[in-house]
Amino acid sequence: MIHDQKTLAAASPIRSRGFLADMGRRFAHDPITLGAGGVLLVVALAALLAPWIAPADPNATSIVNRLRPPGTPGHPLGTDELGRDLLSRVIWGGRLTLFMGFTPVVVATLIGGFLGILAGYAGGWVNSAIMRGMDVFYAFPSVLLAVAISGALGGGLVNGLLALTLVFIPPIARVAESVTLQVRTQPYVEAAVATGASATRIVVGHVLKNVAGPILVYASSLISISIVIASGLSFLGLGVSPPDAEWGLMLSSLRQSVYVAPVNAVIPGAMIFLTSLCFNTMTDGLRHALNVKE
Amino acid sequence: MLRFVLHRLAYAVPIIVGVSLVCFLLVHVAPGDPASALIPDDTPPEIAAQIRAAYGFDRPLPIQYLTWLGNVATGDLGLALSTRRPVIEEVLPAVANTLRLAAGAIVLACVAGVVLGTLAAYRAGRTSDRAISAIGISGMSVPQYWLGIVLVIVFSVELGLLPATGMGHPDAGLAGQWQHMILPTITLATVPAGVIARSVRSAVSEVLQQEYVQALEAKGLPAAWIVLHVAKNAAPALLAIMGLQFANLLGGSILVETIFAWPGSGYLLNSAIFLRDLPLMQGTVLVLALFFVLANLAVDLLQMALDPRMNSARRGSG
Repeated sequence: MIHDQKTLAAASPIRSRGFLADMGRRFAHDPITLGAGGVLLVVALAALLAPWIAPADPNATSIVNRLRPPGTPGHPLGTDELGRDLLSRVIWGGRLTLFMGFTPVVVATLIGGFLGILAGYAGGWVNSAIMRGMDVFYAFPSVLLAVAISGALGGGLVNGLLALTLVFIPPIARVAESVTLQVRTQPYVEAAVATGASATRIVVGHVLKNVAGPILVYASSLISISIVIASGLSFLGLGVSPPDAEWGLMLSSLRQSVYVAPVNAVIPGAMIFLTSLCFNTMTDGLRHALNVKE
Repeated sequence: MLRFVLHRLAYAVPIIVGVSLVCFLLVHVAPGDPASALIPDDTPPEIAAQIRAAYGFDRPLPIQYLTWLGNVATGDLGLALSTRRPVIEEVLPAVANTLRLAAGAIVLACVAGVVLGTLAAYRAGRTSDRAISAIGISGMSVPQYWLGIVLVIVFSVELGLLPATGMGHPDAGLAGQWQHMILPTITLATVPAGVIARSVRSAVSEVLQQEYVQALEAKGLPAAWIVLHVAKNAAPALLAIMGLQFANLLGGSILVETIFAWPGSGYLLNSAIFLRDLPLMQGTVLVLALFFVLANLAVDLLQMALDPRMNSARRGSG
């Protein structure tokens, strides 16, 4: 009880100023987070607007123009091993890379969040059944599980998405379960039970509101990992298949040319690094703004 | 204490059974069945059925699982389709090669992470702290398959200092192979080093704010002695994080070994996938996952030995 009062006392001044306004104010005073957000915005807009802003057809090959260095007239980032314009492929590649990074986290948040809240609220054997099942998948290193599942299924975009979703469900379910367990014993839940509210009403009206924040903050920290692993699958030949533009796949094919065109080979991977770095920086800023302690 | 050890050991058993079930099912979710790689497309159906029966693939799945589990328990992981050699003979030497890289990488990651993280905590808020934070988050974010290629370009292609791939002569020993290990070890260590540096910074700065540290300072104890007290109290939390980083190493090795053509388990898994050698793939995944489960078990037990508080807390909660 003492602990509860402390939490309330700490939370009340934030509430009084308006939670979102306060968060926005903290973001505005954090130039690094803003910068990372700006870079991500540019990358995401470029990917969305690819058909209109890409200077050339990303799949138009030109054997005479193979592996031109960055700065070549007409090809600001040079060309790849089939003479395709690298800038256009980087812009188009952002679409598949971001899509493959985002989708598994979103789907896993819905499924893992549902399972975790159910396990945490129901308790008893439901909890044991769900959480011990999660523990088994948690016992695999995430890259190993992703490679093993997509490898067994035979690779490809859909199988890669499926594998990554399965990888992220257990950690999200764990976080959802532990925050639900904390919320379940709060006085306002006890009060709702005492007034005779149904379980569905309590979960939707009280529990969900209070666990959504921590679950979403945690899930957002998985996006950078998801992008890196998804591109890694494509790099290994288990994700997106040629000739589609995707950063991991581009890195994999340009890697054969490191002796001829080292700078070209570095570019697609540098995009993966930049995106992943900005997502992690954003997540740090978000944690800071929300005052989440690890 | 003994009760907790037994409790923790008992908890590992269902996990190991679950892991084996996942590995078994991995082969059965694959398109076709494990025998399809053995049977040429133009085989008459009755002969194909005979081959399936010979391997036991016509029996119900639970029976197949139990038979397989019984074989695994005796160290028989089946035959690799691509080499016709026992899977276990392919996997164990590869895992040994992976562990050689992983051992170097975990030492490098811990030393770099602990030194940088402690430095940052002591200089909290200053430029050096910010610089170390930037290094930490970069290390954590970098795609290792890209960093490996960048290192190859710089040190092998441009400077010609280190070999780009392979492990040298298999019998050359460490003296003949250390040059081959440098780039993959550094690549493998980056992500864990970044994560450890960040955790060490937060753990150490938390301890630094404790009253007993202020008391030690007030007493006039030299800073070097205070570090020892800080280290002792931050150690259990850090050990847990280092244990988790072992997962990063085993997972990262799949991509890193592929780039450097290092003949470890990750490289083996990748080639098994592309040869559609399902028994070899299954065996490699199983051995790696079991290794990870046992490593986690070891970390938990070690953590308990280091931190008496945890022991009594567990006993208190039953």
